[in-house]
Amino acid sequence: MPSDNKQEVYFSNPMLKWVDERFPLSKVLREHATEYYASKNFNIWYIFGVLSTVVLVLMLLTGIFLTMNYKPSAAEAFNSVEYIMRSVEYGWLMRYMHSTGASFFFIVLYLHMFRGMLYGSYKNPRELIWLLGMMLYFCLMAEAFLGYILPWGNMSYWAAQVIVNLFGTIPFIGDTLVEWIRGDYYISDITLNRFFALHVIAVPLAILGLVFAHIVALHHIGSNNPDGIEIKDNKDAQGKPIDGVAFHPFHTSKDLVWITIFLILYFGAVFFAPEMGGLFLEVDNFEPANPLKTPEHIVPSWYFTPYYAILRSIPDSLLGFIALVSAVLCFVFLPWLDKCKVKSIRYRGWQYKVALAIFVISFVSLGYLGMQPSSGIYLILARLFTVVYFSFFLLMPFYTRLEKTKPVPDRVVYKK
Amino acid sequence: MKIFNKVILLSFFLSLFSVVYSASSVEKKSNDYLPALNDITDSKSLQRGARNFFNYCAGCHSLKYVRYNQMAKDIGISEEQLNSYLIFTGAAPQDVISMNMLEEDGNRWFGKAPPDLSMITRVNSNTYVYNFLRSFYPDKDSPTGVNNKVKDGTSMPNILWVLQDEMDKKEFDSFVLDIVNFLDYAGEPIKAKRKSLGIWVISFLFIFLILSFALYKDIWKEVK
Repeated sequence: MPSDNKQEVYFSNPMLKWVDERFPLSKVLREHATEYYASKNFNIWYIFGVLSTVVLVLMLLTGIFLTMNYKPSAAEAFNSVEYIMRSVEYGWLMRYMHSTGASFFFIVLYLHMFRGMLYGSYKNPRELIWLLGMMLYFCLMAEAFLGYILPWGNMSYWAAQVIVNLFGTIPFIGDTLVEWIRGDYYISDITLNRFFALHVIAVPLAILGLVFAHIVALHHIGSNNPDGIEIKDNKDAQGKPIDGVAFHPFHTSKDLVWITIFLILYFGAVFFAPEMGGLFLEVDNFEPANPLKTPEHIVPSWYFTPYYAILRSIPDSLLGFIALVSAVLCFVFLPWLDKCKVKSIRYRGWQYKVALAIFVISFVSLGYLGMQPSSGIYLILARLFTVVYFSFFLLMPFYTRLEKTKPVPDRVVYKK
Repeated sequence: MKIFNKVILLSFFLSLFSVVYSASSVEKKSNDYLPALNDITDSKSLQRGARNFFNYCAGCHSLKYVRYNQMAKDIGISEEQLNSYLIFTGAAPQDVISMNMLEEDGNRWFGKAPPDLSMITRVNSNTYVYNFLRSFYPDKDSPTGVNNKVKDGTSMPNILWVLQDEMDKKEFDSFVLDIVNFLDYAGEPIKAKRKSLGIWVISFLFIFLILSFALYKDIWKEVK
C-alpha cells in the first residue's frame, strides 16, 4: 500500500493491489465515488446531470456504429442513411437512438440548467462549474447543428443555409466569413465533409474535455442541494459531512432507478415515436437535399426554436443575429446578475419566484412560436416574449436586491 | 415547495405534449378526407398492397431503396411467388425495385417524371397518399383529363379509374388502403419489427425498474 492511502486496505485482489501501487485507482475511487459526499436530500431535479452523461455515452456509442456506414458526401449521404435504416443489421436502431438521443440530450440539459436556476447552483463558489457547463451547452448546440446537416435531407440543407448565412450579417467580414465556413460559394459537398469532421471528432473531443473539467470542478467544491447550503459546514468526528451520503453506493443506487425510468421514456420514443410528430425527425428531411426546392417553412429542430423566434422577431437581420447570440450568452452572466445571497428558491423572495416562472413561460412560448410562421399574432407574441426573456436577465440585478429572503436552515431538510 | 416543483414539471410536459399534438394534427379537412387506418402488421393487406402496387404503380414509379427479395421476406411470400406474380421486368430477386421509364421520357410525357415512392409516406403522410389516390375528378382543362382535390394540378393521371368505376366505394377504398399500407412498409421496412421489439425492451426495463428500486430501498434504509 502506498503511504498516502490512509484508509483501510481498499483492494485484497493482488492484481488490483499491483495496479494501485502504480496508479491512483483507489484514490480516484474514494475521492469520486465511495467518499465523495453529496447531500442526502437530492430531489428529482438532481438527476439530470447523471442523465446527460448517460445520453452522452449513448450518443458516442451509437455514433461510432453510424460512422461505420455513413458516407459524408453530398452524392451519397442521403442514400447511406437509408442504407443504414434498411440494410445494416440494427442500423435503424442505432440511427433512431442517435436522432432521438439528440432531442433527449436537450430535454435533459434544459432541465439540468433549470435546476441550477432553481437552487442557485451557479452562485459562489460554483461559478466556474456553471461557466464550464455553459461552454458545454454551446458545444452541444454546435454539435447538434452539425449533426443535423449530415443526413443531407432537404431540411438539413436549408437549415445549414439559414444558419450559416446568419454570419453573413456581420458587417465588413460577413461574406468572407460565410465563404470560409462553407469552404465554397454555396452549401456543398465540401461543407458537408467539414461538418462531418467537426461533428465526429472536433466537437466531441471538446465536449469530453469539458465534461471532465465540469465534474472535477464539481467534486472539488461539492454538489449543491435543494436547500442551497454547504453540507461541508457540518461534519462529524471523522470529517464526513453529516447531511451527505457517499456517491457510491447511495447516489448511484438512487440514480439507477431514475436512469431506468429515463430509459423507459427514451426507448419509448425510439421504438414507438422516433419522429415524435415531426419534432425529432422532420418530414422535409425524408427528401434528399434540393437547392431548387425551398421547404414551405424552414424551421430548426425544436431545441433551437426559442432562439429562432427571437431572431425572427427583430426586423433587422444584423440586430436579429445579435439578439440571438445575446439570448444564448445571457445565461453565462447569471452568477453576477443575481445579487441575492440566498441560493435556493425555497428561501428566496417572491420577486425571483415570479420572474423565474414568467421566464419559463416565455422560453417555452418562444419555442412554440419559433415553429409557427412569423407573422400576425405569432410575430406580436414573439416580440412580447423576447422582451420578457431579456428583461429576466437585464432586470435581475434590481429585483434580486429587493428580495425579502426567509431564514436559511443550518442542516438540510430531509424527512422520510 | 414540492408542489411548486411538480407544477413546473407538469406544465413543462403538458406544454411539450400540446406542441407535439398541434404539430401532428395539421391535416387538411374535407367531407371525404379520411384518415388512413392501415395496419402494417397485417401481412395479408401488405401482400394485396404489393400486388396492387406492382400491377398499377410500378409501371411508372420505382422503390429504389427496396429490394425485391427483402420485401418478399418481410411481407411473407416465397421467392417463387415473387418471381411469378410480382416481378414483371426480368429483374433478379436481389435487385432494387427500379423504374422502367427513363427520367427524360417521364419529364417529356408528364411534364415531371413520376417520383420514386420509397419515402412518399414519410414525406407526406399515409393519410395524404390515401386521400390523394381517392380524390381524382374529371377536369376538361387538364391535359390528363383529371384533376385532384388533394393536390391541385397534379401531373399524375388517374391510373385507378377503371377500378373506381368497377368497384363500389368501400371496395375501392380498401384497395387503395392496401397500397398505402404497402407504401408505409416501403418507407420504413422495420416499422412493424421496431414496435414489437420495443414492447420487449420496455417490458425488460420495467422489470429492471422493480429490481433497481428494491436495491435503492435496501441501500438507503440506513440513511436517516
